[in-house]
Amino acid sequence: MVERSPWLTAFCYLVLIIGAAIVCVPLYMSFVAGSLDYVRLQQMPFPLLPGGHFWENMVTAWNRVDFSRLYINSIIVTVGIVTGKIAVSLIAAFVISYFRFPFRMTMFWLIFISLMLPIEARIIPTYEAIADVGGPLRELFRITGISWLVETMTGYRIEMALNWNFINTYPGLILPLIASASATFLFRQFFLTIPDELCEAAKLDNAGPIKFFKDIVLPLSTSNIAALAVILFIGNWNQYLWPLLFTTDPEMRTVVLGLSHLVPGPDEPPAWNLSMAAAFFVMLPPALVVIFLQRWLTSGMVDSGK
Amino acid sequence: MLVSSDSSTIREGAPWRLPASLFTGLRARFGAQSSEGLKAAHFARPGIAIVLLAPQLLILLFFFYIPAYKALSLAFVQTDPFGLTTMFVGLDNFMRLFASPEYRFSASLSLVFTFVQSVITLSCAALLAFATDRVVRGKAIFKGIILLPYAIAPVASGTIFAFVFNANVGPFANFLHELGLPWNPALRPLDAQILVVVAAVWNHLCYDYIFLVAAMLAVPRSLMEAAALDGARPVRRFFTVTLPLIMPTFFFLMIMNLIYGLFDTFALIDTMTQGGPAASTSTLVYKVYQDGFVQLDLGSSAAQSVVLMAIAVVFTILQFRAVERRVNYGV
Repeated sequence: MVERSPWLTAFCYLVLIIGAAIVCVPLYMSFVAGSLDYVRLQQMPFPLLPGGHFWENMVTAWNRVDFSRLYINSIIVTVGIVTGKIAVSLIAAFVISYFRFPFRMTMFWLIFISLMLPIEARIIPTYEAIADVGGPLRELFRITGISWLVETMTGYRIEMALNWNFINTYPGLILPLIASASATFLFRQFFLTIPDELCEAAKLDNAGPIKFFKDIVLPLSTSNIAALAVILFIGNWNQYLWPLLFTTDPEMRTVVLGLSHLVPGPDEPPAWNLSMAAAFFVMLPPALVVIFLQRWLTSGMVDSGK
Repeated sequence: MLVSSDSSTIREGAPWRLPASLFTGLRARFGAQSSEGLKAAHFARPGIAIVLLAPQLLILLFFFYIPAYKALSLAFVQTDPFGLTTMFVGLDNFMRLFASPEYRFSASLSLVFTFVQSVITLSCAALLAFATDRVVRGKAIFKGIILLPYAIAPVASGTIFAFVFNANVGPFANFLHELGLPWNPALRPLDAQILVVVAAVWNHLCYDYIFLVAAMLAVPRSLMEAAALDGARPVRRFFTVTLPLIMPTFFFLMIMNLIYGLFDTFALIDTMTQGGPAASTSTLVYKVYQDGFVQLDLGSSAAQSVVLMAIAVVFTILQFRAVERRVNYGV
């Protein structure tokens, strides 16, 4: 810095050490608790050093809620949301910033208004929409008379065919979370900074929009895509409310739900050692991402906050 | 990290500094409003454009517009428990909602909780960011550690805090008991509320921290040096140079914290207290879930959804304004 002031530097280190301790101590305590057996956990002077049962507790917890299945679910859902959201919003942002077409601004606003409502504010109606995805289409066909027409002509009832229930399915867990414009907004902001000359040059070389997108825009966006993927991965791995509402079948739950299932309730035996051991492997994938991809994480966070 | 707001800066025109109002004026006069945000070099292929835009629009239609419309329409009707008849009741659901003491309690609880949580989070994050900005050795390690909770699922941190503060087995609770405090979040409402605030601060601190560190890094060194030459000590420089320059980030984070406190604490509350004891930690979002999914009171729950949506819209507008103001000082 500009001048030396040892007291202030010492104070700063003190602050940072306290901050790091506040972060680490609860984590360490949970690790210690996860390594104790059930009897030792109940005895009051809480040990400062971990016991030897961590692996055993992890195995017990893993088997109790069938985490093998939940891990597969979590991976499918998270990867689905991340790739789906990035693909859909990358293309939409490209169209919004690089195409002139009728009602462009209408489309723009239709997309960006959805930034306004977080999923927490509309859980119940979205739940209904998922439980009956075909509902609006049926309604449309009924009002326009198409279903009557088809039924009298072919004897085929459209109502039956359009009874899609997405509860307990992967699309139900993935699609509603793709429906947010934040990523579109982010990519649009980025596209606005790409020099116009690139597009002009591409057009001079007779490249169509698809080729321009594939050969120029996509390579330029890789760092943004990586940063966003990191953020989305963490956020969606940790997602709780949506899978909670959405899965009645234990086979379709995600790991985060499995963990909440292991939290001992008031009238259950307080097997906190199991839930702490489970917390460890539930936190592991995003923690690894934060530790090893920190550069992408910070730039992604600061960018997507906009 | 300096990229924090480069995109908007470049768009707002570094090379020729024409006032933005001029453009808006011109646009309004010539009615060329549809070219806003359109690249100067662009394609005019409406067919491809619509096809490419279709996935996003369809997803939004099915999972955003139709649900939002349904919530709005449900909020004004009364449905019998079997879903057979519906009757238009106007603002009745809202009247009932605002008259209900539980809802009022929940609303004021959310407000107080959100406010307390934001203030604590922001001031701790500012202190830590200030310290991080000053130290040289070990900076990356401290940053890495403080950032760690960002990776941790709210459910996981809820579980951890529920354990360490558990009145029977938790080490922190035991420590409080030894100090002579009758700590028990399962029975005492205030303890439960404190627990939720502590866990929320712990979980959200890293977010504010990383933004403030990025903002402080973007403060021009030359300004700091000039202030130092004028005899301002580090703490004074923080308040007179750094703080005014990072004020937009502060404002932005304040809004983000309010959004977090109002909407994103569901998982924490559900794992730690389930809204209890005696509904003392049942915030607005938790109550929507309880009334809609547990009690199945659809009319009231839809009205609550609409209230939440209104709050969300207000906050989003505020957030947009905050982003606009988050200017870059040309570093």
